[in-house]
Amino acid sequence: MREYRFERPGTVTEAVRRSGSDTAYLAGGTTLVDLMKLEVMTPGRVLDINRLPLRGLDATGGGLRIGALERMTDVAADPRVRLGYPMLSQALELSASGQLRNMASIGGNLLQRTRCGYFRDVSMPCNKRQPGSGCPAIRGENRMHAVLGTSDSCVATHPSDLAVALAALDARVQLQGRDGVRTVNLCDFYLLPADTPHLEHDLRPGELVTGVIVPRLDWAQRSIYLKIRDRQSYEFALSSAAVAIRREGDTIVEARVAVGGMGTRPWRLPAVERALAGRPATSNTYAAAATATVDGTRPLRHNAFKPELMQRTLIRALLELEQTR
Amino acid sequence: MRLNVTVNGEPRQAEDVWPGESLLYVLRERLGLPGSKNACEQGECGSCTVYLDGTPVCACLVAAGQAEGREVRTVEGLAEGEALDRVQQSFVDAGAVQCGFCTPGLVVAAHDLLARVPEPTDPEIREALAGNLCRCTGYEKILDAVRLAARR
Ligand SMILES: Cc1cc2nc3c(=O)[nH]c(=O)nc-3n(C[C@H](O)[C@H](O)[C@H](O)COP(=O)(O)OP(=O)(O)OC[C@H]3O[C@@H](n4cnc5c(N)ncnc54)[C@H](O)[C@@H]3O)c2cc1C
Ligand code: SF4
Ligand code: FES
Ligand code: FES
Repeated sequence: MREYRFERPGTVTEAVRRSGSDTAYLAGGTTLVDLMKLEVMTPGRVLDINRLPLRGLDATGGGLRIGALERMTDVAADPRVRLGYPMLSQALELSASGQLRNMASIGGNLLQRTRCGYFRDVSMPCNKRQPGSGCPAIRGENRMHAVLGTSDSCVATHPSDLAVALAALDARVQLQGRDGVRTVNLCDFYLLPADTPHLEHDLRPGELVTGVIVPRLDWAQRSIYLKIRDRQSYEFALSSAAVAIRREGDTIVEARVAVGGMGTRPWRLPAVERALAGRPATSNTYAAAATATVDGTRPLRHNAFKPELMQRTLIRALLELEQTR
Repeated sequence: MRLNVTVNGEPRQAEDVWPGESLLYVLRERLGLPGSKNACEQGECGSCTVYLDGTPVCACLVAAGQAEGREVRTVEGLAEGEALDRVQQSFVDAGAVQCGFCTPGLVVAAHDLLARVPEPTDPEIREALAGNLCRCTGYEKILDAVRLAARR
């Protein structure tokens, strides 16, 4: 591991003032410490932000405001999340392992890096890690890679489960930097790789994620996060779906749909939402709506199964949601 | 730097710690506590599981600096003197140990589970131990051990 300086700022202003191009913030460390050991990330200074007052979960007014340093375990178990936004609890609990969820923070989860094996191996070229060096995944091992939002420079999947559920909920990310505070839509916060895959977020140098806002959505009480993996537990998604449905009688009035394991960023599917709205809640409706998922997919050699898997995942999520009250 | 941590109830100091070292390294190499094992170093196997301020974490992904001023309980801190904790005793009695490399992490994870959920169902046991990989036993004896400990 490369040597670095370790600092523990006590306030947000101090953290932001001290940070620069060669620094990294440390929250739970489950991504950063891992990637520093592999020398994929080599900051000269690490700012431990765990003393900053970025905790707390607030539900006054109906929506949620989750502090960036809240731990995955605690957010998942909070009754206001579990009852009001079950897909968030499920997305968190289906992520990583208990030990990791106890350490990992919400802010760090949103900023975790791709699990692409070439990205994690410094002996290989990778445009994301080393701009301009090439992308061996496009013609190499790409079973876990993305089919949506890819470019000729990078086809890496975004790994966060939480971000998929938050995308379906129109969540916003709160940021604080040297120029003050701002809030951006989570979906815009993630950048497509295009020809600059090393730029992943709408995050200015030194900017800190301070929290996440989930706007009030009463009918998210009826929501689900379904995750399909190579093994039953403790694995990243091959495919996942975050779905919320508002029904009146047997008719779907509104829907929210986002998928994971498919895109270079969490992927909202407005075309599927439109195809569900106003239709009867039947398996025919689900199957018809699911066909809208494959628009614009670009399968690779080893992941050509993904578009169909995405449709099946979505249909199963909709069927399982019917069983919940 | 000098690192101050309370380990198994005792305030300890480790000298000349480089903050980039993992907590696991500090425990094993500087504080003489080799119970927590070093296997994958990537958060994938759970062999390094310890309590940090009362919650189980992977010590291999905790930077030493993060542990400053905090409380750690390792597998060595579970037994009361010579008397093994009921989870440890159950792993022995159920024959849940082969090479033993995964055992300390599993014992800590199971210890935490039973503190939170005194009578866990099989799916609850499976999920609670999902972050701990064992390459020898096939897990059946481990499940037996946790069920046995829950009854004790
Ligand atoms: C074995 C394993 C399995 C996993 N499985 C899953 C899974 O199935 N699903 C899933 O979603 N995730 C999974 N993860 C990823 C895990 O959820 C993330 O590592 C974790 O959420 C990161 O949070 P952290 O607080 O530890 O972040 P850190 O490691 O502390 O930080 C991550 C990144 O974000 C930056 N950062 C952190 N906080 C802030 C902030 N507030 N403002 C600005 N920058 C910040 C850091 O500088 C760093 O670049 C897995 C991880 C491992 C090791
Ligand atoms: S897919 Fe992206 S992250 Fe993976 S090797 Fe290609 S450029 Fe790197
Ligand atoms: S050594 Fe820490 S999880 Fe494997
Ligand atoms: S007993 Fe050998 S790894 Fe579990």
